[in-house]
Amino acid sequence: MDLLLFFFFAFLAVAAAINLVVQTHPISSALSLVGVMGSLAVLYLLLGAEFIAAVQLIVYAGAIMVLFIFVIMLLNAGAEQHRRAKLFPVVAGMPALFAFLALASYTISKMFPRGLPAVKFGEFKGGGAGEIGMAIFTKYLLPFEVTSILILVAILGAIVLAKKEID
Amino acid sequence: MEFFIITLIKAGLIAGVLLTGLAYLPWLERKVIAHVQSRMGPSRVGPHGLMQPLADLIKFLSKEDLIPAHVNKFYYVLAPFLATALALTSISVVPFGPQIDVFGWKTNMGMTDLNIGVVFILAVSSVGVYGIALGGWASNNKYALLGALRSSAQMISYELPMALAIAAPLLMVNTLNLRAIVEKQQGSMLDWNLLHGPFPQVFGFIIFMIAAFAETNRIPFDLPEAENELVAGFHTEYSSMKFALFFMAEYGNMVTVCCMATILFLGGWNPIWPSEYGSNFVATLLFGGAAAIMFYHGFNPARPKDRITLPIFGTVFAGIALVFQVPFLAPALQPLFWYSLKVGFLLFLFIWIRATLPRFRYDQLMRFAWLFLFPVAMVNLLVTGFLVALFTK
Amino acid sequence: MPEIPVPLNEVPLAWYLVLSAVLFALGIAGFMLRKNIITVFMSIELMLNAVNLSFVAFSYKFKQVDGHIFTFFVMVVAAAEAAVGLAIILTVFKNRTTLQIDEVNSLKY
Repeated sequence: MDLLLFFFFAFLAVAAAINLVVQTHPISSALSLVGVMGSLAVLYLLLGAEFIAAVQLIVYAGAIMVLFIFVIMLLNAGAEQHRRAKLFPVVAGMPALFAFLALASYTISKMFPRGLPAVKFGEFKGGGAGEIGMAIFTKYLLPFEVTSILILVAILGAIVLAKKEID
Repeated sequence: MEFFIITLIKAGLIAGVLLTGLAYLPWLERKVIAHVQSRMGPSRVGPHGLMQPLADLIKFLSKEDLIPAHVNKFYYVLAPFLATALALTSISVVPFGPQIDVFGWKTNMGMTDLNIGVVFILAVSSVGVYGIALGGWASNNKYALLGALRSSAQMISYELPMALAIAAPLLMVNTLNLRAIVEKQQGSMLDWNLLHGPFPQVFGFIIFMIAAFAETNRIPFDLPEAENELVAGFHTEYSSMKFALFFMAEYGNMVTVCCMATILFLGGWNPIWPSEYGSNFVATLLFGGAAAIMFYHGFNPARPKDRITLPIFGTVFAGIALVFQVPFLAPALQPLFWYSLKVGFLLFLFIWIRATLPRFRYDQLMRFAWLFLFPVAMVNLLVTGFLVALFTK
Repeated sequence: MPEIPVPLNEVPLAWYLVLSAVLFALGIAGFMLRKNIITVFMSIELMLNAVNLSFVAFSYKFKQVDGHIFTFFVMVVAAAEAAVGLAIILTVFKNRTTLQIDEVNSLKY
């Protein structure tokens, strides 16, 4: 059952990612990215990370991607026009990418002989809101506070960059 | 294996009741608004207009389902389906009653029992913004796009005070499981989260209800879909069944937020006073009283056909009153009665406010969210946290 | 290559990591190949998501919650970066009226 769910949602994630790279219109790419995030949320649930799955949907798919879609709609971004495709990224980049993938898969298979440990749904119960809360507010309190300052800086930056000039 | 069968049966039952409810909620809304405005509302199609939803359904199904030439076809068709699917998904985690025993199988009333139920509903309502945003953008129409952008901005702005207002009673019950939240509010009305604990969540309830009005695009926050402001907002270009789907999604969201408010603040399916003091008879008394009134008016009828119809309805209501006392149905029906009473009251509140208040202008709406509601919700959370930390051992 | 385990309810952890690598590679491909600046930005978000999956997978392996905390922080940083990055994109659009990164190729407009 886990295997079927994993295959289905992994396939969906990869298909949506390929769709993101291939589609010309930015809105289709944005919605494919939402599809990737949704499939990843289900994969997080399979890995026992229930709180992170919910946060992924709320923050990433529900707020950040909505922001992307706002900007695409406001700027009225159209489909990309096709120009002469530059040869260098395709000729030099794709083989490098495949080499990277092959190296990564080889390293992973050497580190995890026969793919173990096996992931069973329900085996890791430490991903709930309580455990994350305990860790954030005791062990990782300093990063938590620093990220709040980071968000404040980001808000200020976004407002300053995007506001109209007041003449 | 029997888990699947039981869940399928429950899913079918809940889908049936829910979709019928979603069809009759517009009827209720039209009747209530009409009576508030001193008129009668639908009264021709069937007795008291009860067949009106059926007539509307036939109208929606038989209208020409056109797709305008200039729209982005894929997203135009996807948007209402997305909106409705997400609205119905969030109802699937809402519990409707305690654990009951049906012919030897123990099962929960409600389709699922998630340990992260509260956050799941927040997540689904976050993703629900896409249905509206896509619907407006795909229509290739500047009014629809403006309405969609305004509506999406409004929905994500009001998600923050809603989440903070939800977090405050969660501090008091210490769990995210919706069923456990209701079980912790057992006892009398004074044990509900609204009135119990170191900090009664009165402000939290009010903030949640205001944010819920904005999340579901209801008056006074319905500028994005107002009929006389923006043509019809994001559903300008939609007709027949797709429009009906948007309509159903809005009412579905309304039911979800009312159920959430009941579970989080009003004690779910717990009766107003404990059952040891006789609250099991309230349902019987209410329905029996209605039956008595109908019989009385049946014997002094205002119209000749009332001599026949009213006593029939009277017997039906008396039968329902007696069903509440049957010992093997009572553990399932009594909590359902109280739950429906509270959710029904909140739905009536939604409709009542729609009939009464004017709508906010868009900048007033956003200013209200960010400059008033968000700080108040944060202060509510802080005070609750402080008092809970002080008074819990 | 790990052989497919017979029980249907077990997924080898290595497969999650390979999926993470594949998504990361697709993110790099999008970043290199696309010309619309918003799509490039979305490919960066795809890379961040792939890394999140890797974190959560390792958190499962060691049965600790620290991986989840890191995922949480990555999401927060991605949110902040998206906000500022989109503001920059808006400003670039206002000044250069184009969203193709090929045309933004001189410091002076």
